[in-house]
Amino acid sequence: MFDSPSIIVGLEIGTSKICAVVGEMNDDGVLNIIGVGQARTRGVRKGEIVDARAVEEGVRHAIVEAEQMADVEIRSVYLGVTGGHIRGFNNRGVHPVVSADREISDEDVLDVVKNAKAINLPQDNTVLHAIRQHFLVDGHDGVTDPVGMLGARLEVDVHVVHGHLNRLQNAIRVVKGMQLEVNEVVFNGLASSLAVLSNAQKELGALVIDIGGGTTDYVVYSGGVIKHTGVLAVGGDHVTNDLAFGLKVPQGRAEQLKIENGSAFIDEAVKGQTMNITSELGLPLNTVNLEHLRRIMVMRLEEVFQLIAQDLEQAGLLEYLRAGVFLCGGGARIPEIARLAEQVLELPVTLGKTNTVSGLKSTLDQPEFATAIGLVRFGSFKFRKREARPTFGQNLKNVFGKLLPR
Amino acid sequence: MDSEIISQPLSAGETKKRSVTIFGVGTAGITMAGQMAAEDFTGAKFVAVNTDNSVTAAGAEMIHLESKMLRGLGAGGDPERGCELAEENFDRLKTACAGAEVVFLVTGLGGGTGTGVSPVLARAARESGALVLAFVTLPFACEGNQRERHARQGLEQLKTVADGVICLPHQKAAKLLEEHAGFADAFRASAHLLIEGVRGVWRLLMYRGLIEIHFEELCALLRAGHGESCFATVESAGTTRARDAIEKLPAHPLLDGGQALTEAETVLVSLLGGPDLSMADVNRVMADLNEHCPKARIIMGAAVAESFHDRLAVTIIATGRQPRTSAKPAPGKNGKPALTPDAPGFDTELLHPTKPERPSSRHVPPAPALSVEQREQILAQQTGKRGPVRKAGPRMKQITLPLDIVNKGRFDKSEPTIHKGEDLDLPTYVRRGVALN
Repeated sequence: MFDSPSIIVGLEIGTSKICAVVGEMNDDGVLNIIGVGQARTRGVRKGEIVDARAVEEGVRHAIVEAEQMADVEIRSVYLGVTGGHIRGFNNRGVHPVVSADREISDEDVLDVVKNAKAINLPQDNTVLHAIRQHFLVDGHDGVTDPVGMLGARLEVDVHVVHGHLNRLQNAIRVVKGMQLEVNEVVFNGLASSLAVLSNAQKELGALVIDIGGGTTDYVVYSGGVIKHTGVLAVGGDHVTNDLAFGLKVPQGRAEQLKIENGSAFIDEAVKGQTMNITSELGLPLNTVNLEHLRRIMVMRLEEVFQLIAQDLEQAGLLEYLRAGVFLCGGGARIPEIARLAEQVLELPVTLGKTNTVSGLKSTLDQPEFATAIGLVRFGSFKFRKREARPTFGQNLKNVFGKLLPR
Repeated sequence: MDSEIISQPLSAGETKKRSVTIFGVGTAGITMAGQMAAEDFTGAKFVAVNTDNSVTAAGAEMIHLESKMLRGLGAGGDPERGCELAEENFDRLKTACAGAEVVFLVTGLGGGTGTGVSPVLARAARESGALVLAFVTLPFACEGNQRERHARQGLEQLKTVADGVICLPHQKAAKLLEEHAGFADAFRASAHLLIEGVRGVWRLLMYRGLIEIHFEELCALLRAGHGESCFATVESAGTTRARDAIEKLPAHPLLDGGQALTEAETVLVSLLGGPDLSMADVNRVMADLNEHCPKARIIMGAAVAESFHDRLAVTIIATGRQPRTSAKPAPGKNGKPALTPDAPGFDTELLHPTKPERPSSRHVPPAPALSVEQREQILAQQTGKRGPVRKAGPRMKQITLPLDIVNKGRFDKSEPTIHKGEDLDLPTYVRRGVALN
């Protein structure tokens, strides 16, 4: 029961559930999911915390469950964040190469990335990710690693994801308040895409839509790099709320109706069908028309896809999605949703499978866990990087350090 | 419209000779009319109509409706009395309207005079051959439901008789004010907004347009969209005037943060600028508006006036989706509006006077295997059953509720998700006006 350095934990505080996934890197660098813990969330609206204490309780449940299942002690997590305040855009950084021989060094690369991050953000915002896309050396496009190349002018395209600092801090504070370290904060949409897409799909161009409880996050890959990210603060909760309003039933009942009878397609069989629903005591409560239920759901989901399509069209990316669209998150469970998305986006749509990691089969198959698994995967990249960096001497020191009692 | 531009481009800019009479009815109306008379509404004739002697307006002819019955006490907050009084003096009102091509009626609804007299005055004006456009304010919510009910009732009556009604709820103007603003300031702010609206329409009428919006067109628009119509006028000056106007428009309090534009069905835009009004300015304003109201039919007008050098005034009148199919009370004898027994918003609105022609979906064709007689029998049964039921008076019809009543449920207290002026927290089917039945 010691915190082996190869343990990576992803924690997602979602609007409907809190989920912790434990992954283990074995010696060959292969990631394996060994534990999952989840708890129902209270106190989160549209992906953002509104009741910190209730959320803390949920996090504790999820972490304890995951610890028990994986039989490890969790000390640090990769934390997923989302919310309507998160935005993404592309930016370019420029850096003149000043060394005498014009050879591009590691420092030049660091500098150019730093320049690309120096952007004019609203005062309260902070950069969440600055993801490198391509380098340009003297205007020559498509360089992936410029170190060692010759050139006078180094440029880099980055995709910057930024959000409101205080709102991001809220989630971090809750986790830190429980004596857990936060290794890094990751945008949920990015995490989901890491779990769902293979390298080949990223190369071809793909759109990942994570329909969560409170928000819908989407990420576009093309040519192997992230081109676009977005958050729509509309999710499954909105569907439930629409149903509660339209069918005049309580929220809890609406949620149940959505899960049991919901679908993203109005088929002939439900037309004119009604259903009696009863209260907890068995008393008749209301009669709902199944066609209305479907129509309300379809209109909401259709709108979500339309808004995403509009956004991507404006960014000019719809033509580049040759691998198609991948759906994940709890919303991907809605029957026929892929068909609806296909109609709106006019692209092949599939449900995302988290086949990029191995481990507990039951977990991996569920679309809700895509984000948390993606967080672990994100952690594993960082982990590999960290591992690769120490020099031989430091490694020796590490080995001896482990043997010697502290 | 287009031929006029070509035929007389140089004469554009001059004011048209139109005789306009502006009536201020009731205390509120007279106050507003008085303010207008003091401003630059040159060429208009002002008439103040009241039932008591409480206020007077400088520069306005006074019509004092008096009756022995009231002993000089005025209508006393009772619209019925105001209405009776106006009927008694119908001929006087008609004479006052004589000669006017267009009559503006400015009043505050909810009291006795404004609510009672205005519909009668509107009718008098129409009979004397003028086009009638009413600008009315609705009372603050805090003024009590009695006044609210009167105001609604008066508004419905006005809508049946006037060519167009533009209505400004005081409550919307209240949003403009700071918390500690004086009570009188609230009325003043509201009056100011209304006057701005009148000014916008006034300009529309008085300045010859490069692209003309006919007054009839405006009236047709206001008549057709008997949902709430809202208006906004913004003015800007300087080199960045187009951009300033664009920025001011969605922020206008009467447009609900641009939401009114998004939901509008028809939007009338009137641009008035100086001789230096450039194509780029017009383009910019129109492009922005098109973006704001993607669903709306946009009617555009533009005019040039010498006095507007380096300035740009944009007037917008947006009519929303019609919330109900036919809520108008049928006009009674000689065009007099039949009084609605209840306040509108109750049962009468649910009644659908014409029965829908749609065949009932319960009609089941008889099976082909049956004999001819049996088939006819089944058909007769079905029609027989349906017949009397459908003839039995007006059918209850479910109406679409206006948007502001929609409860946002669990998102009530969270930050709203606004996307291009649309509140995504509201159910999609409500925003798109899809009826569930």
